[in-house]
Amino acid sequence: MISDVTDFASLAPAYPELALAIGAIVLLMIGVFTKSNSANMIMGVAIGLLAAVTVLVIIQTESGLVFNGGFIQDEFARYMKVVVLVGSALTLVLSVSSAAEHALNKFEYPVLILLATLGMMMMISANDLISLYVGLELQALALYVVAAMKRDSGRATEAGLKYFVLGALSSGMFLYGASLVYGFTGQTQLDEITRMISLGGSGIGLTFGLVFILAGLAFKISAVPFHMWTPDVYEGAPTPVTAFFAAAPKVAAMALFVRVVYSSFEPIARDWQQIVIFISIASMVLAAFAGIGQSNIKRLIAYSSIGNVGFALVGLSAASEVGVQGVAVYMAIYMVMTVGLFACVLSLKTDNGYVEAIADLAGLSRGRPFVAGIMAILLFSMIGLPPLAGFFAKWHVFIAAIEAQLYVLAVIGVVASAISAFYYLKIIRTMYFDEPILQFSAAPGELRLVMGVTGFLVLSYYVTVGAPLADMASVAAKSLF
Amino acid sequence: MTLPLFFFYLFSATCIGAAVMVISSRNPVHSVLFLILAFVNAAGIFLLAGAEFLAMILIVVYVGAVAVLFLFVVMMLDVDFAELRKGFLQHLPIGMLIGLIFLIELVLVAVGFVVSPQVAAESVLPINDTISNTRALGQVLYTRYVYLFQAAGLVLLVAMIGAIVLTLRHRKNIKRQDIGRQVGRKRSEAVKTVKVESGKGL
Amino acid sequence: MDFILEALNYLLGVPIIGLGTDVGFVWKALLFLVALLIFIAYFLLADRKIWAAVQQRRGPNVVGAFGLLQSFADLMKFMLKEPLIPAGADKTVFLLAPFVTVTLALAAWVVVPLDEGWALADLNVGILYIFAISSLGVYGIIMGGWASNSKYPFLGALRSAAQMVSYEVSIGFVIVTVLLLVGSLNLSDIVRAQYEMGLANWLGVPQLTFLNWFWLPLFPMFVIFFISALAETNRPPFDLPEAESELVAGFMVEYGSSPYMMFMLGEYVAIVLMCALTTILFLGGWLPPIDMAPFTWVPGSVWFILKVFGVFFMFSMVKTFVPRYRYDQLMRLGWKVFLPISILMIFIVAFVLQFTGWGWNGGVA
Repeated sequence: MISDVTDFASLAPAYPELALAIGAIVLLMIGVFTKSNSANMIMGVAIGLLAAVTVLVIIQTESGLVFNGGFIQDEFARYMKVVVLVGSALTLVLSVSSAAEHALNKFEYPVLILLATLGMMMMISANDLISLYVGLELQALALYVVAAMKRDSGRATEAGLKYFVLGALSSGMFLYGASLVYGFTGQTQLDEITRMISLGGSGIGLTFGLVFILAGLAFKISAVPFHMWTPDVYEGAPTPVTAFFAAAPKVAAMALFVRVVYSSFEPIARDWQQIVIFISIASMVLAAFAGIGQSNIKRLIAYSSIGNVGFALVGLSAASEVGVQGVAVYMAIYMVMTVGLFACVLSLKTDNGYVEAIADLAGLSRGRPFVAGIMAILLFSMIGLPPLAGFFAKWHVFIAAIEAQLYVLAVIGVVASAISAFYYLKIIRTMYFDEPILQFSAAPGELRLVMGVTGFLVLSYYVTVGAPLADMASVAAKSLF
Repeated sequence: MTLPLFFFYLFSATCIGAAVMVISSRNPVHSVLFLILAFVNAAGIFLLAGAEFLAMILIVVYVGAVAVLFLFVVMMLDVDFAELRKGFLQHLPIGMLIGLIFLIELVLVAVGFVVSPQVAAESVLPINDTISNTRALGQVLYTRYVYLFQAAGLVLLVAMIGAIVLTLRHRKNIKRQDIGRQVGRKRSEAVKTVKVESGKGL
Repeated sequence: MDFILEALNYLLGVPIIGLGTDVGFVWKALLFLVALLIFIAYFLLADRKIWAAVQQRRGPNVVGAFGLLQSFADLMKFMLKEPLIPAGADKTVFLLAPFVTVTLALAAWVVVPLDEGWALADLNVGILYIFAISSLGVYGIIMGGWASNSKYPFLGALRSAAQMVSYEVSIGFVIVTVLLLVGSLNLSDIVRAQYEMGLANWLGVPQLTFLNWFWLPLFPMFVIFFISALAETNRPPFDLPEAESELVAGFMVEYGSSPYMMFMLGEYVAIVLMCALTTILFLGGWLPPIDMAPFTWVPGSVWFILKVFGVFFMFSMVKTFVPRYRYDQLMRLGWKVFLPISILMIFIVAFVLQFTGWGWNGGVA
């Protein structure tokens, strides 16, 4: 009955989470008790807090289990947390200029984003089915609210509601699976579950538990066949919120997916490998075909993100260290590309408001060459054109698949990638070769900065960040094995 | 030992019967009332299992608070259930198929339910019979599970922020009572003495 | 079929005539029930007499000497009248509602200890049980209001549900402060704790038990509990669900004859239960106020009943001279005044106990 938290220093591995939690609550208090509209100030402080926590994650090198095994800090968690924190901070930056138009100029918005980020960090560090679930819910609940925050808009409300109902359903499935796993192994701690399985605890009940857990998690990363909510939610939610949805929670959920399958179901890898291969292929293929008919850019990005999840899962299905490294690299690059793409979308503003239809992008290159240029780079990167970052992301996961002799999977991946090139190229053609229809206003400074940085990173990936990122991902992957 | 058995069958039979009525009764208010009956019987089963604290909390939280709100909502909504049930027959085959799959799975799981001896020997928290279960819960809740306890608190905080953000509207032109000001009002603020000259008025 | 026999013995055994080995639970409960109902009849009469006295009337004085049989006459009248059920009512729920009210109110009494060891069921979680049962009390009212299929009853039911749910929160927190001191959820333990520790023992005069009782250290909680109990039982000044000037008779508009009587009965049983709970939590239950010769001759159950009546007298007096609250004031009082104060008190009590080591700790040293 004795807790392992005896003094403050024993909490060291959880310092970043503590800092974020306390910071979020303090900001909430400031927001509630200051009379004037303090939303902008709190937004700024929240971005600063996220940056500070990122630094804390990096410099706080103590790893290990805390809270009697409920919480784990290792290299993998550290890597994923940095990606998530950067994603959250950048998406908050994106929402600064457009907060008022999207009804996000309330102090609760940055606070909820902070709490959602906290939930994601807890997910990444979860070492117990219960703490995993609590982290998942903390994250999800905050996201349901921000999706519906523009409450006068019917579409945003619909998006929030849809997300909520389907999210609740997926939580239910996850819990059903978790209770089966607990019933058959008698443990909730992930590493203990592995031990019990190797002691002979596996059986059909455990497999069912695994299937339900994976189904619940697949909802969260929006992999086919649990992707239905994604396009509607991405389209309905305010654009900065969509950017957040696409960037941070997906990375966290993917990290969770990786941790669950590797640290507790390693002994029955054959069982989950089939499932992961199936959802990977389904996601890649469906996204490639369904994206073609889309006319709304947010919907298109939704399908693109489904496809990207499919590609990341290719690495996971290899069930090897190289595979995990591939997933880690893929998610980092995916996050940067997504943030950049949303920075471009948010700078597509005319005097009548924000533009979301692809057809309205016609002739963007003439009015706003910088935005069009960055967008083109990012889209080419999404297609996977060398030497852009997207190419290396795919290269890492496909190498892992080939090493694991999953040739069919790799081939399907390449074909899906080629098909999806069609709709990415269509946008580029519209931007560069069609006659301009609309007059776009100039993009605010911070959006230009985000676009510039992401564009630069994607363009110069091979010569600048490529090698260190791969090294870090490799260290992260090692800590799981 | 047989008396608890009698009550167990009584509670579980009522619970299952009520659960069936929840989904089969035509009137949604009746459904909620049956749901409450099912909750109460589940609490009874908890009591028989010796988990008296959980039994009471189940009633206080689910029946006393959650189901009241359910009942509120269902009574206030004017839902046309004939309309809702239109699609029922049409989706029946799919529903039955899914139900059948679940049933097969449950049977498979139930048949395959063999807890290996090592697993049984390594129970996470062995039951302590020497103290009441309220005390036992308290002893682990704030030590071993303090992380989950705090995290659950954060989840509730988010739920509260969400509820406020999505519903609170500061309407203008509404008179609000400020009791502090009302009570703190002085004679000098409320009454003005004027000398009225006769025949002139104010 | 063995267990059915055993169950029958447990429930209906009559050892005198050779049926089973124990006195059946049903007979004990029945005896308790009859005694309780007779007490309720006189509490009801007392309520009316007190009210009348304050208004300088005589009150019921015709049936029996000083009107002592008035309640029984009322009972006969209600029983003999024809029950009417509105045409649009949901018949089952309509008739179920008064039963629910009265059954729940009576069910809570099963754990109340009238004297050392005098509880029908000495549950470990007695206080939680009462809290759970009283939180169910709202169902009778909502069901009655809804099933009547009429506007005023429905409005009354809605008001009542909101009111009861609100005040339950602060009642819960008040109970928590007492539990922090006692360290046990058992009602008898709560009373014993008020004998074995407290100001009188601390001052070295353990005879003055009334100084031990929790009304003194937890005085603000005592006040909050009393007021919340008024609101929880829909007593004036919080009788908005049946405010006659706004809602005729609230959720009871469509009720008459026996169903109406059952509502009234359930309401009074719940009121007396709240008085009993106040007695147990704050006024030392069956303990005599001074632990010395003339006082200890009086049995504990008599002290208990006297204290319950004392609290009931306060309930009645409040009814006579406090005007009814407006609905928003009621909600404000519950959520914005009582809730913060009781949460703050929980913190204070917990801190004091932590740093001084006071508290009974469930009787475990």
